[in-house]
Amino acid sequence: MFQVRIHGRGGQGVVTAAEMLSIAAFGEGRHAQAFPSFGSERTGAPVVAFCRISEREIRLREPVMEPDALIIQDPTLLHQVDVFAGLKRDGYILINTNRSFDELGLADFLKDWRRDRLCTVPATDLSRKHLGRPMPNVPLLGGFAAVAGIIKLESLVEAIKGKFSGKVAEGNIAAATEAFNSVAAEMQEDQSHA
Amino acid sequence: MLKQIEGSHAVAEAVALCRPEVICAYPISPQTHIVEGLGEMVKSGELKHCEFVNVESEFGAMSVAIGASAAGARAYTATASQGLLFMSEAVYSASGLGLPIVMTVANRAIGAPINIWNDHSDALSQRDSGWIQMFAESNQEALDLHIQAFKLGEELSLPIMVCMDGFILTHAFERIDVPTQEQVDAYLPPYAPRQVLDPQEPVSIGAMVGPEAFMEVRYLAHARQMQALQRIPQLAAEFKTSFGRDTGGLIHSYRAENADTMIVAMGSVLGTIKDVADEMRSAGHKIGVLGITTFRPFPLAEVQAALHHATRVVVLEKSLAVGIGGILATNVRMALSALPIDVYTVVAGLGGRAITKKSLHALFGRAEKNDIDSLSFLDLDRNAVDKQLERERKTRRSGPIAENLLRDAGIVAARNY
Amino acid sequence: MSFQAVKFYQTGTFTVGNRLLPPEERSVQASTKRYNSLTSGHRACQGCGEALGARYAIDAAMEACDGQLIAANATGCLEVFSTPYPETSWQLPWIHSVFGNAAAVATGMAAALKAKGRKEVRVVAQGGDGGTADIGMGCLSGMFERNDDVLYICYDNGAYMNTGVQRSSTTPPAARTATTMAVGPEPGNLFGQGKFVPAIAMAHDIPYVATATVADLHDLEAKVRRAMELHGARYIHIFVPCPLGWGTASSDTIRIARLAKETGLFPVFEAERGEVTAVLKIRKRTPVEDYLKPQKRFAHLFGDQAHADTIARIQAIADKNIRKYGLLAEER
Repeated sequence: MFQVRIHGRGGQGVVTAAEMLSIAAFGEGRHAQAFPSFGSERTGAPVVAFCRISEREIRLREPVMEPDALIIQDPTLLHQVDVFAGLKRDGYILINTNRSFDELGLADFLKDWRRDRLCTVPATDLSRKHLGRPMPNVPLLGGFAAVAGIIKLESLVEAIKGKFSGKVAEGNIAAATEAFNSVAAEMQEDQSHA
Repeated sequence: MLKQIEGSHAVAEAVALCRPEVICAYPISPQTHIVEGLGEMVKSGELKHCEFVNVESEFGAMSVAIGASAAGARAYTATASQGLLFMSEAVYSASGLGLPIVMTVANRAIGAPINIWNDHSDALSQRDSGWIQMFAESNQEALDLHIQAFKLGEELSLPIMVCMDGFILTHAFERIDVPTQEQVDAYLPPYAPRQVLDPQEPVSIGAMVGPEAFMEVRYLAHARQMQALQRIPQLAAEFKTSFGRDTGGLIHSYRAENADTMIVAMGSVLGTIKDVADEMRSAGHKIGVLGITTFRPFPLAEVQAALHHATRVVVLEKSLAVGIGGILATNVRMALSALPIDVYTVVAGLGGRAITKKSLHALFGRAEKNDIDSLSFLDLDRNAVDKQLERERKTRRSGPIAENLLRDAGIVAARNY
Repeated sequence: MSFQAVKFYQTGTFTVGNRLLPPEERSVQASTKRYNSLTSGHRACQGCGEALGARYAIDAAMEACDGQLIAANATGCLEVFSTPYPETSWQLPWIHSVFGNAAAVATGMAAALKAKGRKEVRVVAQGGDGGTADIGMGCLSGMFERNDDVLYICYDNGAYMNTGVQRSSTTPPAARTATTMAVGPEPGNLFGQGKFVPAIAMAHDIPYVATATVADLHDLEAKVRRAMELHGARYIHIFVPCPLGWGTASSDTIRIARLAKETGLFPVFEAERGEVTAVLKIRKRTPVEDYLKPQKRFAHLFGDQAHADTIARIQAIADKNIRKYGLLAEER
């Protein structure tokens, strides 16, 4: 079972991201469970959502305590919420930012985890570019498909088409694809440096 | 057809397939998505011959359902927590009148203090109301139980609560097998009432009954609900034949053969418990699980049969009877009263406190060594509690308890998880 | 020529006029073929205004829809005295649920009939002032706002009678009830701004609102008939004296109801979509004392401890109603 935890703020589509990830996995014939952990609706408040993906039926109902992967939609959470709690040793981290890990002040913090599994992607910029508004959740999933390889980009594209339509679907697909490519390239680089 | 959908949506689809005629509900977290889904289906015309009534309160919701059912319509509503309490008078009225209303209860804690997260206190507060109560372990089961509920309720002329954990199930996206309209139509016939407001045959429903007949009326309500003990397993078997799934029923055991320690629970936590049981079995522990699906009527004989081989029973429940201890545990104890089995009550997950595999491993491990109290509270912050008790001993004007605890825990607003 | 002595059981009413009217102008009650929806044998007190009002109203409603009527009833005197287990005096389909939900139960009944496509069957809801103005206000307002196809009839006797005459929000000022005793510097019910449910109904802009009393049978029946011609949320508020609770003679019920109208204390009118369309004029303007004196619940306003100022304030209420609704023949 692969467990993902997504951190963000209310209004950034964190819950939708987890749902879409589960739909993408479902499209590949797997079991997936996505659920939020949040309080009363409030824009701007920290929000966490979870997604489990497995070949077998998922019975577990606890929050994801030891994620295999983290997606951080809002870097302002990094020093406010313990987003890295429980992350597995060889876990993946994908952060939505146009800065580097060092610039984010995380270099020291993240030394316990595998450098080649830590990625950044400017998802908000990409969403502005392709959608005309800052909604980084779907582009981030594109990047996630590249960093963890747990779902295929094609599955995500299908999930996007199922959820959105017209220009919004097109924009999301474009942004997700660019994010995928960007992260794939970044990981290639890391690998070649490793 | 397999779909990846939210639990609430699965329930909405199930209810729609049952051809309801009147749907009425008042919004309350975490039930909102269910009713919104149904409302949309009625408005778009997808769900035909159905009136969707936007009521002014939960009391209004149950009352509208009463009127609709009495006039011969298949009626449905949904609520949780405060809403269930607010309609309590009408809840008792519905069962007293013998009206087969189906209601989803998206289990949520009851305030004060206000809490929107999951536990079973709401449904269990109405356990004596005369409603049949069934608890879903998964969203698939939640879907299936609604279909079974309409059939069961209408056969027995009793209302039914289908309980599903708020947020944990209602807001979880997972793979669901949604049946076809043909399948449901074959299983669930149109509603044929035992009593109905029909100008062709006028009757008076709901007259006052005095001491001369009230005992008999109440006995009949009990006798009628007890019939469900026979009918529920039959309906589940019929369901399996028609839909191919093992859902519903009174109870179900998991890895219970030769188990020394049996864990008893209701609802979605059973999934987590089963994962822990698997891991402990792999490590050689003789541990098994009993899931209670039907809480009312309480299947005393079946529970006794399922647990009689155990040395000890741990009842893990998301409910608390203030002043005495467990609710589910008390019912289980009654089933085991003739047997020399230790029953431990563990109150867990109140107000949405996560029940983790880690905590359960530790708990079950200690239970096996009989190293837990007769009544305990899982993951209770003893420090915070003791601090508050000390505060109350020292000062008269000790302030609101909730704020004190939150301040001590270092958070101003509620935590995420 | 032989003649039969005719007994006029209700002196001072105009029912005797029925016999002189052409058949089609007679009241529903005048016919031996009336539905008798609330049939004899119920346990109401002698002279009960509510029993009278309910019989008048429901028979008229049944007549208007060929007997295709089902009823929801709130808890209260009417429900209790009409269904003494194991008997019922209702000849139409009838349901009692709880105290505050008659309007909502009726909403459900109407929704069921609509879903089933049974257009010919109509729905009526009944409640006393307690079940309507207080505990039932939420459900009532909801029914109004949704414009559910229900005729709601409130029988207003100004207190929670069945439980022992406790004050409700329609209890008139200065009236003695079990919870507003005639003691202290301000005996009886306090003067408030009043909760006049017909006005609340009008504020919802529903198709039809009317007030009536048991003193004017033709007027009451006409209003029920009018209401049954319409669809959507309709409300009729009927003033019904209670001999027990008011301390009036059981033979005085209709006379007292007439006095309430003739003083102006109870305005009798019709409204559609929030605007008054017709008013039943006062035939002979009467001072409020004439209405208050026969009622023991107002006895403390008279006698040794006469409360002239209170009576004056009550008179002011009557005067205001007369002005507001145009109750005197000269106006309009």
